[in-house]
Amino acid sequence: MALSRLSSRSNTISRPLSAAFNRFISTDTTPITIETSLPFTAHLCDPPSRSVESSTQELLTFFRTMALMRRMEIAADSLYKAKLIRGFCHLYDGQEAVAIGMEAAITKKDAIITAYRDHCIFLGRGGELYEVFAELMGRRDGCSRGKGGSMHFYKKDSSFYGGHGIVGAQVPLGCGIAFAQKYGKEEAVTFAMYGDGAANQGQLFEALNISALWDLPAILVCENNHYGMGTAEWRAAKSPSYYKRGDYVPGLKVDGMDAFAVKQACKFAKEHALKNGPIILEMDTYRYHGHSMSDPGSTYRTRDEISGVRQERDPIERIKKLVLSHDLATEKELKDMEKEIRKEVDDAIAKAKDCPMPEPSELFTNVYVKGFGTESFGPDRKEVKAALP
Amino acid sequence: MASLLGRFCRKMVVPGSAHGGARLVSTTTSCESETVKSLNLYSAINQALHIALETDPRSYVFGEDVGFGGVFRCTTGLAERFGKNRVFNTPLCEQGIVGFGIGLAAMGNRAVVEIQFADYIYPAFDQIVNEAAKFRYRSGNQFNCGGLTIRAPYGAVGHGGHYHSQSPEAFFCHVPGIKVVIPRSPREAKGLLLSSIRDPNPVVFFEPKWLYRQAVEEVPEHDYMIPLSEAEVIREGNDITLVGWGAQLTVMEQACLDAEKEGISCELIDLKTLLPWDKETVEASVKKTGRLLISHEAPVTGGFGAEISATILERCFLKLEAPVSRVCGLDTPFPLVFEPFYMPTKNKASFFCSSVSSPSKTHTFSCRH
Repeated sequence: MALSRLSSRSNTISRPLSAAFNRFISTDTTPITIETSLPFTAHLCDPPSRSVESSTQELLTFFRTMALMRRMEIAADSLYKAKLIRGFCHLYDGQEAVAIGMEAAITKKDAIITAYRDHCIFLGRGGELYEVFAELMGRRDGCSRGKGGSMHFYKKDSSFYGGHGIVGAQVPLGCGIAFAQKYGKEEAVTFAMYGDGAANQGQLFEALNISALWDLPAILVCENNHYGMGTAEWRAAKSPSYYKRGDYVPGLKVDGMDAFAVKQACKFAKEHALKNGPIILEMDTYRYHGHSMSDPGSTYRTRDEISGVRQERDPIERIKKLVLSHDLATEKELKDMEKEIRKEVDDAIAKAKDCPMPEPSELFTNVYVKGFGTESFGPDRKEVKAALP
Repeated sequence: MASLLGRFCRKMVVPGSAHGGARLVSTTTSCESETVKSLNLYSAINQALHIALETDPRSYVFGEDVGFGGVFRCTTGLAERFGKNRVFNTPLCEQGIVGFGIGLAAMGNRAVVEIQFADYIYPAFDQIVNEAAKFRYRSGNQFNCGGLTIRAPYGAVGHGGHYHSQSPEAFFCHVPGIKVVIPRSPREAKGLLLSSIRDPNPVVFFEPKWLYRQAVEEVPEHDYMIPLSEAEVIREGNDITLVGWGAQLTVMEQACLDAEKEGISCELIDLKTLLPWDKETVEASVKKTGRLLISHEAPVTGGFGAEISATILERCFLKLEAPVSRVCGLDTPFPLVFEPFYMPTKNKASFFCSSVSSPSKTHTFSCRH
């Protein structure tokens, strides 16, 4: 603690800032208690307390990681406009608190499965920036070897099951993973994430019914950013209280722009799910970009609304205020951190740009299991024989 | 490839071919003095929908995001003109949308349902196959949902990836009780869509999304219909018959032009309706040319080309000079960066057209297991 106070007041001590920050982030675990912005609203359960245990290390990590996620998404935006990323690109900026808060509450053995807005969740699960950009640009070193693209990021060693294009299809999958976890007595849970648009899919209710029937450790997380593509939630759902839609399944409504509220809710949900079966978390969040890169995001909502949320509820600003008010770092130090992050992202992009595309024979690999495949030949007057491994 | 597509003009004449050129543009048999307007595919479809809603007060258009005009602008102006009670948005639930449409149609209304991308039609597959297709049959003709038309954009678009490029027509061609219709150009689309909406059977109408903006044609402004289950010979020839539908026809047209340079005259047929398909036209053509090449974007195994191939074999066996060729998508999920390798390109098709002069090249582009 003393170290932090020293650096924030003294400008004459010169030392490499990155080293200083690494020292902050890695060593200081003195507990700090943070109050969440809003109380939790509960359905069929007792809400957790508003006081969240945290530490300097956690606060600064939150700031750094969220700033990294934000920077990554903005960089992806520019890359898309430069046509280096093609296809579809759904950006997560504004919603970083959900990814970060969730990670803080769980381990890598707990599974996360989400829809197509998955870049930041992947990063939170331990993914590398380089893998992200390589995959977005369809290069060989991408996390899915260039074959998945923006919507299909996976990371097996951290139990991140992706990355799904078909809306709502990931939720029954998530409940299946939870079943496997329960069967294997792993003491782990699955967070099946979906959006407010997907909340109206029939398969969600099927999955919820089964999970409740068999007491599966499945946590359904509705990231309610209030717009399903261009449709506002009240136009699509009779009941936009997504945390209540489980009916017989308990639910919790959480301020999704407050990373600590998310952390507390996920911790609570994990304990609940391991004992009592499924629970629904509704994260009240917001995305600044449109649905995807082909959506300007301003035809169905006003610019005032977007800038209003940015001013009042931005998750990174909130953490920044907390960091500054607890005297954990100065404005300048945070700015330098952001500069460092920018450089890190630029370096990753440069490296990814140099990565080659996958081999054409990769078109045929992994259709079936290795060793059982197809032989294709003949396009374009050349014999491209891909006898598969 | 987009640069090759160019514009569809009535004035397009290909020198050297037997009957004065390719009729990739459609010809209607209407003899009304028609005012025509240059329209692209989404505008032609929009016009058809306007006419459909205008002529039948009990017709409805609904689906995800159709209210503001739809993600491809096919439904622009409908909500403003006909009101929110006839043109409305649904929540994100394909199964619910189609089921709802079947119910509406069963009560004698015309329900024109939009599925935002054909790749998302699968949750509704049960409703289409088990409910829509069998309703008339199992109720002994007491009930039917003939007023149902399901519209969905399908096909590759250059960067669509796994879930915005699929061609699922083969799945639906396997279901007796529904019709499957795929237009190739704006003029065709308007006429075929009006026929589909007014057809007393449930119809699945796939629109080639690549052509929404790319294809521009002179489209008559009046109300006209193009008959279903009638294939059209859009280019006449004597050496080889090519059969296709939708956007793939432009590719095949390019292959025909290439083959022309080698002195091979190709006959190109647009199937238009895949189920029930016009066997007679294709049969007559193959009996004339003796060779058949089928091309579609969907993967080759189990694609609709297989059905055409088997039927033609049954009917024209003694007239065939070579095995039926299929130039189709490969047997992989629709890829991301590998799309150019996956697609049945004009080079692949030309390769087989030239088999007319060198009979050794007669194997199929397929996956051999």
